[in-house]
Amino acid sequence: MADRYVELKSVSKSYGGVPALTAVDFRCEPGRVHAILGENGAGKSTLMKLLAGVIQPDAGTISIGGQTVRFSSPREAAEQGTVCMFQELSLMPHLSVGDNIVLAAPRTRMGMIERSVYREAREALDLVGAKSIPLGARVSGLSLSERQLVEIAKAVFRKPKLLILDEATSALTSELVETVFGVLRMLKEQGVAILFISHRMHEVDAIADRISVFRNGRHIETFDVGARTTDEIVGLMIGRSLEELFPPRRAPVPDTAPVVLNVSNVSWASQLVDVSLAARAGEIVGLGGLDAQGQQQIMHAVFGVLRGVTGRITLNGKRLNGLKPPRVKQSDIGLALVPEDRKTEGLIPSMSVAQNMRLAVLGRAPFGLLDLDGSSEARLQELIERLALTYGSLDDPIATLSGGNQQKVVLAKWLVLSPKCLLLMDPTRGIDLPTKAQIYRLLTDLAAEGMAVILQSTDYEELIHLCDRVYVFYRGSVAKELTGDHLTADALIAASMNVHLHAGAQA
Amino acid sequence: MMTWLRQNARETIAALALVILFAGYIAIHPRGFSTYVVTIWSNQGTLLGLAAIAQFFVVLVKGIDLSVGSIIALTNVMGSFLLNGSPTSIALGMAVVLTVGVACGLVNGIAVVYGGVQPIVTTLATGGIFGGIALLLRPTPGGSIDETMSDALTYAVAGIPVSAVILVIVLVILLVLLRRTAVGLGLYAIGSSEQSAYMTGLRVNRLKLVAYGSSGFVAALAGTYVSMVTLTGDPNIAPSYTLNSIAAVVLGGVALSGGVGSPLGAVIGALILKTISSLMFFSGLPPLAQPFFEGLILATAIALGALGVFQVRSRLELYR
Repeated sequence: MADRYVELKSVSKSYGGVPALTAVDFRCEPGRVHAILGENGAGKSTLMKLLAGVIQPDAGTISIGGQTVRFSSPREAAEQGTVCMFQELSLMPHLSVGDNIVLAAPRTRMGMIERSVYREAREALDLVGAKSIPLGARVSGLSLSERQLVEIAKAVFRKPKLLILDEATSALTSELVETVFGVLRMLKEQGVAILFISHRMHEVDAIADRISVFRNGRHIETFDVGARTTDEIVGLMIGRSLEELFPPRRAPVPDTAPVVLNVSNVSWASQLVDVSLAARAGEIVGLGGLDAQGQQQIMHAVFGVLRGVTGRITLNGKRLNGLKPPRVKQSDIGLALVPEDRKTEGLIPSMSVAQNMRLAVLGRAPFGLLDLDGSSEARLQELIERLALTYGSLDDPIATLSGGNQQKVVLAKWLVLSPKCLLLMDPTRGIDLPTKAQIYRLLTDLAAEGMAVILQSTDYEELIHLCDRVYVFYRGSVAKELTGDHLTADALIAASMNVHLHAGAQA
Repeated sequence: MMTWLRQNARETIAALALVILFAGYIAIHPRGFSTYVVTIWSNQGTLLGLAAIAQFFVVLVKGIDLSVGSIIALTNVMGSFLLNGSPTSIALGMAVVLTVGVACGLVNGIAVVYGGVQPIVTTLATGGIFGGIALLLRPTPGGSIDETMSDALTYAVAGIPVSAVILVIVLVILLVLLRRTAVGLGLYAIGSSEQSAYMTGLRVNRLKLVAYGSSGFVAALAGTYVSMVTLTGDPNIAPSYTLNSIAAVVLGGVALSGGVGSPLGAVIGALILKTISSLMFFSGLPPLAQPFFEGLILATAIALGALGVFQVRSRLELYR
């Protein structure tokens, strides 16, 4: 069955009763690049984890080269030639680049690792365009894009038969992406089956032969590249038109509206370079760009997490430089931050829903006393209704809620403080569509009430349909500010890659 | 060379501190730099050095071992029964002692890996058990150990202490194994990031058992050497070895968060500790004031190692 390297038959997988994949039939052929498209939470990463042996299916069968397989670990999958490059990098930070690569497939003589393996590791690095990374360098000292290259080299080094790339190129510049694509085409020639997950449509167009769209854990459709337009594909991915997902456009905020947050000439370490931006009352301001270009750090800088920030940050005229999170959340300043990682920074997983919701307001009460007059309790109740939080009991552990409801709890915990400026870091990552739509409506309402909302997002549609203005970050500085009619997908992508529109307009 | 020093900054700083302390010790010692003084220092240092290497293996894979001292005590006590008589019976006894050490380490490892119990809790419990067995075997210090063997292993040959030679041989073997074999690198890998190591296809559970087993083996070496130096089996030595071994690895730049450090660093840390207490002994300070100054020097050394905190630019890093 050479033309069906990997085949899934009615595969299902659920986590704690929540289905992640439902009756999925899927196959991919050797010598083809097969792109998997879908929103966050569509089931793409579950599919990848199944193929890579990280998790096992609840029902259905997976076969490779015609033989039914059941991998109990990534090691077993790798022995069968399946190599997966995950979005969360699989590098060991304290080890050298060479050791990281070699450990993936060490060849030993008398127990010692052969020196020639390191030569092959070097060749793999050179091949993917990482000539400048020394084998002896520690991974912890590398930049994100360098780590991605090492990760790709590591995957190539293992000589896979099925190569899975999950957002493998998200931090790479367009030149490096081209080099990596060259390697992928070479592997394709050699008969390797490649699964390619990316949110960048132009990359999918450039490298993929076939496209499969997933939505809500189901395999919706598979077709050849070019068989459908980008609009049709987006429609398949979200299952309805964009107009239904996003609230109607708001009238532009007048220039006379007071500036709430003002950031001028802010630099930090080597990761923020002379960043200036502003948000008026009633505005939703977007922060876009490729992963880790400084948009996360500027949020941390404003919220007082970073040390040694230079430049000037003010909120309603009050200078924030040097103030830490416990101070900036007080009512005279009124800043709130919904962090990037819900599980580790947004919530305390072992505590109940109610306890998590009261956490932010606790620090505001004098001497940490509980809310005496009950006013914030009343506000919490009001917010639970406004957010349409779905829960069993408020005393249940937070972990029993779905991702979307967890994020609502994070929002509630900050909104009970009635902030004047709300900073959101990728708030809809991994959240189902109905909840996304609810959060979008909430943000729009909050802006209408006069709050300044800063939305950092990896989702271009979100930036385009929700924001009044978008600052696109590139290598620690604002590469472009997009407003009104200039706020388009093409412009966003081009600005993210710091190329001019005519060069990056394939999308 | 410079890059090597920069990458191993913690070990380098520790080594410098050791040189300074050692010079101070020699300077105030009434007999100065002599074979006798260096041999005593080396023997004591080797005891704690081996204990620190045993601790290192567990700390390398993100654990902490509160039973190291108990394994040393148990193997020391067993040595006081088994390490005498004909060369054959000594060799056999040696094999039994080392096997017991590995077995103790594996018990810890199995409880941590398959029982899912936290290392600190596991080893607190097993430490009680191992130490308890030692007490049952020999309620008061005693026993007999082959003196010819003891002399051969604790004196000096041509001015070089045998203990130093033993320690260097152990270190060289371990450094090669840790840096040049897939298993050794694998230990660093799972200490650095267990998830990444699993995703890379390493046998995480098996590697952890190797770490705990190696720890037990080196602890048994330490226990055997205690027998050689003291010529008795003493069940009460456990607590001091456990605590000092943890202090030694921290001083030697081994990260308690795992994946960073080397047995060389652990040994340097152990030698620093030993030198500080010897320095105190000959300092002329009143004995009751010595623990205070000992603690002060230790605190200074640890503070030097913790200077990195001030370089952290994102406060979020401090809470990870």
